[in-house]
Amino acid sequence: MNGATNQASSLSGNGKRPRIGVYVCHCGSNIAGTVDVAEVREWAEKRLDRSGVVVARDYKFMCSSLGQELIEKDIKDLALDRVVVAACSPHLHESTFRTACRRAGLNPYLCELASIREQVSWVHSDKVAATDKAKAVLSGAVERVARNEPLEPQHVPVNPATMVVGGGIAGIQAALEIADAGYHVYLVERDPSIGGHMAQFDKTFPTLDCAACILTPRMVSAGTHPNITLLTWSEVEKVDGYVGSFSVTVRKKARYVKTALCTGCGVCQEKCPKKVIDEVYEAGLGYRKAIFTPFPQAVPKYPVLDRSNCTYFQRGKCKACEKFCPTGAIDFEQQDEVVTLEVGNIVLATGYDLFDPRRVTQYGYGRLANVFSSLEFERLTNSAGPTHGEIVLRDGVTKPSTVGIVHCVGSRDRNFNNYCSAICCMQSLKFAHLVKERTGATVYNFYIDMRTPAKAYDEFYQRVLEEGTLFVRGKVAEVTDAARLAGENGKLIIQVEDTLAGKQRRIPVDMVVLSAALEPRHDAADVAKRFGISCSHDGWFIEKHPKLDPVATMTEGIFIAGCVTGPKDIPATVAQGAAAAARVLGHIQRREIALEPIRASVIEERCSGCRICNDLCPFNAITYIEERAVTEINPALCQGCGTCVAACPAGAIAGTGFSNEQILAQIDGLLLRNLEVPAAEPALV
Amino acid sequence: MSGYLLYPGCSLDTGARAYDESLHAIAGPLGLELTEIDDWNCCGATEYLGINLIPAYALIGRNLALAARQANGSRTVVAPCSACYLNLAKADHYMRERPILGERVNEALAAGDLQYEPGSLEIRHLLDVIINDVGLDEIKARVKRPLSGLRVAPYLGCMVPRPDYEHRWSDHEHPIELDRLLDALGAEVIDFPLKTHCCGGHMTQIGPETAYELIRRLLHAADQFKADVIATVCPMCQLNLDAYQGATNRHFGTSYEIPIVFFTQLIGLALGLDADAAGFGREMVSARHALGRVGVKPPPPTDAEARRRPKKDRLSLPMPQMPGGEGGEP
Repeated sequence: MNGATNQASSLSGNGKRPRIGVYVCHCGSNIAGTVDVAEVREWAEKRLDRSGVVVARDYKFMCSSLGQELIEKDIKDLALDRVVVAACSPHLHESTFRTACRRAGLNPYLCELASIREQVSWVHSDKVAATDKAKAVLSGAVERVARNEPLEPQHVPVNPATMVVGGGIAGIQAALEIADAGYHVYLVERDPSIGGHMAQFDKTFPTLDCAACILTPRMVSAGTHPNITLLTWSEVEKVDGYVGSFSVTVRKKARYVKTALCTGCGVCQEKCPKKVIDEVYEAGLGYRKAIFTPFPQAVPKYPVLDRSNCTYFQRGKCKACEKFCPTGAIDFEQQDEVVTLEVGNIVLATGYDLFDPRRVTQYGYGRLANVFSSLEFERLTNSAGPTHGEIVLRDGVTKPSTVGIVHCVGSRDRNFNNYCSAICCMQSLKFAHLVKERTGATVYNFYIDMRTPAKAYDEFYQRVLEEGTLFVRGKVAEVTDAARLAGENGKLIIQVEDTLAGKQRRIPVDMVVLSAALEPRHDAADVAKRFGISCSHDGWFIEKHPKLDPVATMTEGIFIAGCVTGPKDIPATVAQGAAAAARVLGHIQRREIALEPIRASVIEERCSGCRICNDLCPFNAITYIEERAVTEINPALCQGCGTCVAACPAGAIAGTGFSNEQILAQIDGLLLRNLEVPAAEPALV
Repeated sequence: MSGYLLYPGCSLDTGARAYDESLHAIAGPLGLELTEIDDWNCCGATEYLGINLIPAYALIGRNLALAARQANGSRTVVAPCSACYLNLAKADHYMRERPILGERVNEALAAGDLQYEPGSLEIRHLLDVIINDVGLDEIKARVKRPLSGLRVAPYLGCMVPRPDYEHRWSDHEHPIELDRLLDALGAEVIDFPLKTHCCGGHMTQIGPETAYELIRRLLHAADQFKADVIATVCPMCQLNLDAYQGATNRHFGTSYEIPIVFFTQLIGLALGLDADAAGFGREMVSARHALGRVGVKPPPPTDAEARRRPKKDRLSLPMPQMPGGEGGEP
């Protein structure tokens, strides 16, 4: 085995000795401060010549245009057929140097990066040892590159139609941008209407403009746009295919209303005898009928019949809606419809769920009548809400004279969610302002830290301070109805440590509002799996890069926008919707997409059909072919992660660019076995 | 019949006789077979672990070792007293989590020819066993005298739901198990906001004014909710709220008169036992009105009860002064 490896170590694929150029980067002092670059360069030239190194150079900034030109010139002048750049991590500059090689006529996959910055200079301080390690890392890369094959990317056509999942403000924005650019969009929404959480709000911070006034025109545009097909009351069941040609199965749940006939007049809702608590749109604070549109401005205007609460479906008698419908649009026989849609790209904008404040039992939500969740309070302040915008206690009539607003309920709390929910400070300030404006009540805000970082946010904070809202810095310990001091009878008492005054306080109030955390959708993990993307441990969808690629995912053609990636305010959500649309349009305009050729493939003769690999693929790229009893990998779906390659007990899966031969040679190189003079090799030296 | 090893603890023999009597009276009907651990010793109460760690764990460990040796068929130790339950559970937990502690304790136990393998026993509070092993349906089916019309404040105190090493309770701040049990007995259960608040613990001995305030809070809340009776699961809670109710009233000039009973006594009443068998008559704040509400004849007052009447303030002697501390009763 050893002899064979050594024999191969000095040969490239075609039996010819490779001609490798080695380029060691100083990265200013980032590398050169800890690694003796000149020595590494010299060592490579002298000791790795048997491995095929014909030239080695060092340079201050290899990634600069001058550095790249140096490599290009050598490729041409010295007829190099392999390049190793010892510099930063491949994450950062692999594509830079591969592009330079391509310019010089060398297949880009014959260029490798040896990471001597992230893995050497940044993590060590002993210069001598670091220099030795840099040599070893470089030596491994040289052995590996000698075995690289030229690869060609696969080109796939892009279907210009796009699917946007989630009809909140992020999804609406993305859909409109793409539709306005002239391409077709399927906008899929689980609820009866688009609009999302924003449709539940009354005012938006910090400008206090009315949410409905700015949202409903967008909803109407999306509903009437010739390039947008709206699929509300619908859910994605299955996603097949890959970037450019996804095939998405959508279930259109039965509305029991013929949309072609319905005029949205609302008579059915008026006549329906069954009233139920609206847990979704009214956040449990108001009622709807069994046949309903969630709110008057809903898009589309057609109502939905909620089968589980319908008297006819439950008891076989009623049909009041049918009797009174002037156009005969009610259809009790309607069935779910399953459609398959072909699209090139998908934007996921499925939003968030509100943290259930019942979980913080000491705040009494669900037990104490006048403790409200933030979403309930939004409905309370909404002029179209159950109280027409009157801020009153749970009895529906009494105006509070003191209100306590508790921040960070379920956020920044080790028992629930460690993260900051980003919007709660501003939302709580908005609440404080609205209470002051509408009731003149005394308002306390209980906060841990105030976080008001975006445009005009801190100014709003100053304004609320000037309005006389009282701020207590400290985490509320308990909200209780157990009065024990004078003035506490009949009140809710907020027990809190005032960390600025350094003492415990008990503050009696009439109403408590809990600014609850934003959480990933309850089914976020299932949705992520369905679309072949990943969730963080918190449950938020993971971006391709948190800073530099915030709306793409590791799966090509699947983009994410809005609160699916983490808590966000409306401006940031809209920006992400637009950004995702721009990325989709980029794909569409290119007409076809080059896919990275780093892929896994099954060697059928070796595959026993054991199916161990089938469930491991995070990108759903592996299918089992029943007739031939073997497993197959879809090269367009495969992202080259290598999980299946490692898992296959028969070694029947090969990863392009990561063959066993390449990996073993790289290990030999790292261990400097390539420096040993093989006994049986005189003819080649 | 399910078998359990019973660790009664010192209070069931002394201050909490009502707990002991009612427990043994209901064990049969509920199908609980309780075998007392032979030669058990003190659990260390609330103080010893704060003073001398290894000897305290060894003291508790001896009980566990005895129980493990005696275990035949059952590996569940049930403790009716919250402090006993917590100490036994704590020793078992930390001996498992910190093997060095386990070794040291076993070294000490070896002197008495004993040893304990942490994790080999299951340590549970009586309330947990009654709710989860007997089950609410079973209890409901056996209720002969529903406690309808009796307003009960469920009071757990601090040591049962916290720190809850084995995650047995629905919540640490507002657990609802006791509420559901009392509801199954037919009682009118109030949503008692202070159900896990402090009863004062041993502050009655070292800083009575602090204890009085803590006791007052509980009585005040129960009174506001018009509770006829407070149901406890802990001898310490029962003692503090019952025995110091008079002193608390005198301290604040209040006039609370709320009987404090063990939950097992209420189960006894609901199962149809007479007041005497369910341990009534031993409480200092008489439960006779509460008993009247569910149509039970209160036991006749005993000489002992007459003797237990609170002494007049000016006749009582002051508590010994603690160095640097607060004085005794005012």
